[in-house]
Amino acid sequence: MGGAVVREYRYIGKRIPPRDAFDKVTGIAPYVYDMELPGMLYVKLLQSTQPHARIKGIDYSKALSVSGVVAVATGRDFPFRIGIYVGDRDLLAIEKALWVGHPVAAVIAESPRAAEKALDLIEVDYEPLQPVFDPIEAMKPGAPLLHPDLGKYRISPAFKPRPGTNIANEFRLSKGDVDKGFSKASVVVEGEFSIPFMSHVYMETQAVIAHYKPNGYVDIWSSAQSPFSARYLLAMSLGMPVGRIRIHVPYVGGGFGGKAGLGWEPLAVMLSKKAGYRPVKLLFTRSEQMRLAPVVAGVKAWGKLGLDKEGRIVAYQARFIFDSGAFGDYTVNVSRTAGYACTGSYEVDNVECLSYAVYTNKIPTTALRGFGYPENHWVLERLIDMAAKKLGMDPAKVRSINLLKPGKSKTSTGARLREDAGDPQRVLEEVIGSLGWGREPSSTDKPWKIRAKGFALSVKGPSQPPDASSSAIIKFNEDGSVDVMVGTGNFGQGTVTSLAMIVAEEFGIPLDKVHVHEMRSTNDSAYTWQTVGSRGLFTDGSALLEAIKDAKSKIKRVASAVLRVSEDHLEIGDGKVYVKGKPWHYIPLERIVMGYLYENGNAIGGPIIGAGRHIAELNTFLDPETGQGTPTIFYTFGGTGVEVEVNVLTGEIKVVKAVQVFDIGKAINPLLVEGQMIGGFVMGQSRALYEELIFDEMGSVANPNLSFYYVARAKDMPDEWVLKIIETPQSDGPYGARGIGENVMIAVAPAIGNALYHGLSVDVRSLPLKAERVWRAIREQNPKLYKEALEAVKRSIRESYKKLREALVVAR
Amino acid sequence: MSQAPGNGGEAITITVKVNGKTYTHTIPPRMLLVHYIREVLGLKGTHIGCDTSNCGACTVILNGKAVKSCTLFAFMADGGEILTIEGISEDGKLHPIQEAFWENHALQCGFCTPGFIMNLYEFLSKNKKPSEEEVRRAIEGNLCRCTGYVNIVRAAMAAAEKMG
Repeated sequence: MGGAVVREYRYIGKRIPPRDAFDKVTGIAPYVYDMELPGMLYVKLLQSTQPHARIKGIDYSKALSVSGVVAVATGRDFPFRIGIYVGDRDLLAIEKALWVGHPVAAVIAESPRAAEKALDLIEVDYEPLQPVFDPIEAMKPGAPLLHPDLGKYRISPAFKPRPGTNIANEFRLSKGDVDKGFSKASVVVEGEFSIPFMSHVYMETQAVIAHYKPNGYVDIWSSAQSPFSARYLLAMSLGMPVGRIRIHVPYVGGGFGGKAGLGWEPLAVMLSKKAGYRPVKLLFTRSEQMRLAPVVAGVKAWGKLGLDKEGRIVAYQARFIFDSGAFGDYTVNVSRTAGYACTGSYEVDNVECLSYAVYTNKIPTTALRGFGYPENHWVLERLIDMAAKKLGMDPAKVRSINLLKPGKSKTSTGARLREDAGDPQRVLEEVIGSLGWGREPSSTDKPWKIRAKGFALSVKGPSQPPDASSSAIIKFNEDGSVDVMVGTGNFGQGTVTSLAMIVAEEFGIPLDKVHVHEMRSTNDSAYTWQTVGSRGLFTDGSALLEAIKDAKSKIKRVASAVLRVSEDHLEIGDGKVYVKGKPWHYIPLERIVMGYLYENGNAIGGPIIGAGRHIAELNTFLDPETGQGTPTIFYTFGGTGVEVEVNVLTGEIKVVKAVQVFDIGKAINPLLVEGQMIGGFVMGQSRALYEELIFDEMGSVANPNLSFYYVARAKDMPDEWVLKIIETPQSDGPYGARGIGENVMIAVAPAIGNALYHGLSVDVRSLPLKAERVWRAIREQNPKLYKEALEAVKRSIRESYKKLREALVVAR
Repeated sequence: MSQAPGNGGEAITITVKVNGKTYTHTIPPRMLLVHYIREVLGLKGTHIGCDTSNCGACTVILNGKAVKSCTLFAFMADGGEILTIEGISEDGKLHPIQEAFWENHALQCGFCTPGFIMNLYEFLSKNKKPSEEEVRRAIEGNLCRCTGYVNIVRAAMAAAEKMG
């Protein structure tokens, strides 16, 4: 693996489409959404109509009389709170409703129809309380408190809530002396930036089936990214032994972070018990999903950047206020990550970044692909271009001067960047080279449509606790094929295909002889903390390589006895174990992996099983005062370039060219990597240009459906793509690989923002860059451009009209 | 997405041919076609992603035309012929569109995939040599959150080639 020797691989580096595609193109792939169990009941949730209210009473007697209704539950039935990082979530509203949409009661019935009918008959007596919708208002002393008992909640050690306020987490990164730094600056730029709430819009909405059995075991089928974390947290909250809870995850219809951590499993389990130990299914419609299930936090941010006359960053200051909505459970980690990684791909000696997650009476929020990084990059990568312009320097040059240097630089958290972390300088060169940065963009045949170029760099590492771990098990079958047991999930990324390729490569067996079950089950899949943070291939792949090594050594032990050579003279490849240098002296794997049978009937060995594990041994907690330490197992460096076409008269932006460059160490399967690079770009573009949850005066989501919440469609995708994979191997990654799943969307918004800034001299700091916002910005900031475009279109109309008239004259 | 077949009104008896087989069922008049396909016929390859006819995950072929089955009542298919994702491959042999989706990595989570395939099934049967631009326009009614559409367009072009 790795090293200077270039090896010829049979599978690694090949473009192999995932085998599970068969199930998906034929429609037989099982999603929890589709599953049914005998005797299963259905759940519907009653949503609060109040943004903040004391629940004085709930009368559900009429609901119980509806034919088919089995039980009704309220928050009184489940007086405890849960969560992965901050245990602030209730299963159903306890005493208070915290947002319009907050589930206050659950109806369990024989059919969804009966449950829905019963919902209408439940009467809730609310005593309205003063709500707070703006996170900055919510931080002020005297603001209405959402969680007066915050000090009593279970808190994971990395987080600092401030009891007695609405602050669910406060994070500070502090290094050097920012005041001193700014005093040396030739130029200083600062600004306020914002990103609205968004919906993950994974195509399969949240779905969970739970069966609490009378024998004390619980079986759960969940559309989830994190069955093991969910199991552990569930066991802790319910006071149950971990092993009695079994969570099964079949195909998952998209996750993007929104199905990480703890989902709706706890509620479904408790409702199953309440319904007399019958299985219950909880399934959201799209509009339920967008009103009551966690979405993505909005952020209000501020940043200030100082450059000296050479373009060196002398100080950086930023503040992020994440609007976590009613629960901050996972969003506290979003805020922490935005803070500790606030300096992006650059080395900055003087830094102060503050980051908060703040409660408001809105829909709760959770993780999203790349979280913390899209937000801090939207600030920093824009400020760099502004500062560069002010200094009269090429923004590519400013970046180049300040880039982290592997082996030399210290990252934002004061950890030295490892020598083999990648090649950020080359990433930058490839981005600007492929974009043709410095060359004028092509012009269009319509003078009111202007082309512009922009780019941004990005970095991303997994945001996980230092003890997050993974494992893998492989076992051989009679025909020499291998069953692979991993915990990492299968919701489209294709990681399991890459893992299967590693097994086939290592034993030299056909890929068809490697089997990875599509279902994850906590009781018989190998453990992994969560499938999040672009960590799956790196961590579970590392564990898998250790499992392969383990199995190989067991095979060699048996072969050594049979072939009468020492184990270190044996090699495994081509489906054989053979003597080094004498490949004709071998035993086929299938003759040894279930035990070797001598001619006289003696047998030795036995079925071969290999086990492996991975933990980030060098990670640390971050210092609670300064945020210094080692938070991550790798950083993947990347960059995005865009050429956009802006209709000056309407503000519409069309992305015509996309450049994506990432140093991922090794592309185990380039087809899948490109799938991430394209899909992530379009998701990033969608967030940058279109997506926004809109709240009404009650803090209620006003566009909770896909009619009024626009997601990028085929017509929106760029026409031209440049996808570049750089492979600077990292010695502890599988075949040198680093993660890629999230970085792909981080730099898209700042690249587009920078394109507007350079090409149109228009500076928009709030996402999305929707047509109306851009149109207003052009009129306000560059009225000359608007006027010229208007003249151009008038001219064009006049000319067309003239031509038409001439044609008519001729026709007559 | 509610699995709730609409009730109320007088039950209606319909006869439909689905994937080559004829069925007669008595159903509530307000039952949506998608619920009929999923709940009554048990064909779960037709998915529901939005309930509001925006995402196209529920697309099936009704009398030769691709329709979003969440926007039709089941009774509207009475006497008609329906083709779902389960009906386009035979004995495990994939349809060229299915093959092209697989080979071109045109899917990730796969939840939207049957809808795209059924939409293209009609489109490609009527457009033997489409341009990329035409394919893009044809699939505008289908949402995919994972792939960024590029490989879906590639798959459609490849399928057109295969189907000759």
